[in-house]
Amino acid sequence: MGISKFLYHLGRYVLMMRTAIARPEKLSMYYRETLRQMNDIGIGSLVIVGLIAVFIGAVTAVQFAYQLEGSFVPRYYIGYIVRDSTIIELAPTISCLVLAGKVGSNIAAEIGGMRQKEHIDAMEIMGVNTAAYLVMPKVIAALFVIPMLVALAAFISIIGGYLASVPTGLMSDAEYVLGVRSFFEQRNITMMFVKSLVFAFILTTVSCYQGYYVKGGSIELGRASTNAVVFSDILILLADYLIAIILT
Amino acid sequence: MIRTENVFKSFGEAEILKGISTEFYSGQTNLIIGRSGAGKTVLLKLLVGLLSPTSGNIWYNDVDFCNLNKKDLRAIRMKVGMLFQASALFDSMTVEQNIRFPLDMFTNMTKKEKLDRVNYCLERVSLEGVNDKYPSETSGGMQKRVGIARAIVLDPIYLFCDEPNSGLDPKTSIVIDELIRSITEEKQITTVINTHDMNSVMEIGDNIILLHQGEVAWRGNKTEVLESENQILRDFIFASPFLQRLRDTALEK
Repeated sequence: MGISKFLYHLGRYVLMMRTAIARPEKLSMYYRETLRQMNDIGIGSLVIVGLIAVFIGAVTAVQFAYQLEGSFVPRYYIGYIVRDSTIIELAPTISCLVLAGKVGSNIAAEIGGMRQKEHIDAMEIMGVNTAAYLVMPKVIAALFVIPMLVALAAFISIIGGYLASVPTGLMSDAEYVLGVRSFFEQRNITMMFVKSLVFAFILTTVSCYQGYYVKGGSIELGRASTNAVVFSDILILLADYLIAIILT
Repeated sequence: MIRTENVFKSFGEAEILKGISTEFYSGQTNLIIGRSGAGKTVLLKLLVGLLSPTSGNIWYNDVDFCNLNKKDLRAIRMKVGMLFQASALFDSMTVEQNIRFPLDMFTNMTKKEKLDRVNYCLERVSLEGVNDKYPSETSGGMQKRVGIARAIVLDPIYLFCDEPNSGLDPKTSIVIDELIRSITEEKQITTVINTHDMNSVMEIGDNIILLHQGEVAWRGNKTEVLESENQILRDFIFASPFLQRLRDTALEK
């Protein structure tokens, strides 16, 4: 992608967001739409996020147990490593990458479909600020719900680590719990929430942008949906790196 | 009344509209006709503000429509109703929710008042009792009528219809035409219809504008259509030998 094309998309994205940040025509309509989005994004993603989180924790525990085998590092460190790696990195990043695939593609397809079926034009002619009505409830819902999902994912990951290491005899219950409770730093939790807020904003706005400006037919809609996931993922990883530099 | 003043519209190198100056009157059904690619849909989109002209002005009475700020544009749009070619009904909402949407968004009516208004609009388009159906559960003609019901729910002053008869059988087309005409006369609104349905031209064409290659090629009403010697109009309206014979018979009488 050329630099001019990048600047074109960036400018259009900023303009869309500027239009989206406006006083709602009717607060109750936006509130209702936000609740619907919270349900779709939050409740709708619980199973997939939970499932992935269990395996993240389990794999982290098993991998580190293998790495630390025969070393002088105490076994309980595995609990500590599972806790910190999931809180700082794996829960927010992996969960949001998965959500970019599930929620992001859904948002792009939903808005893109509305664009193609002239629903957005119909709303515009009614006098609705479509950028605000279609984008803001999704962003607000994501900013509320995704940090909760990420916190839940971190918690489930730690349980996943426990399930993979204690019943299988990698370590005792007391060792794992000791590890989980050792060297706790509160700012890691802050970092997790900062990451999840930033990632939530990225994945919803990028997906809304891809859907809002879709042109053409079903092939373009599919492409917009794919682009929503690809660009969200790239930007999430880039933001992850920048947040890591800034907050550590 | 809506007035266009020397409106040009280009997409890149392609000049679609070349200086359209015309008027659309209140209480009349104003028809934009022309062959495919003549610029009808572009003109309609300019009139409702979905596109901006390359140059020229559009006036809603004394209001310069092209230079409104977003707030004033939205205020005007609340007085606009539009029926889309494919109806553009929200497919995940029921008929009632579709018609109620503008009321939910822009009014402080109670639930009962909204329901009464929805039922009145459905009654107006002869579609009582379909409140809970989804658009996919209704026929093309019903969808058009639901589209009209949604377009009139806020009592618009301006009504735009993009090919209201497309995809409909002749009988349903007549019903839709009659409906649009009666609403226009009853509410004395400015109705602009983009069509190439000849029956509409002959039945409800109070003010007809023929577009040809981006320019106004002819202007008149339904009675003048038959008598006009304008070759572009004749080629368009009486394209088939059958219609030519009908015209000759009508003129003989």
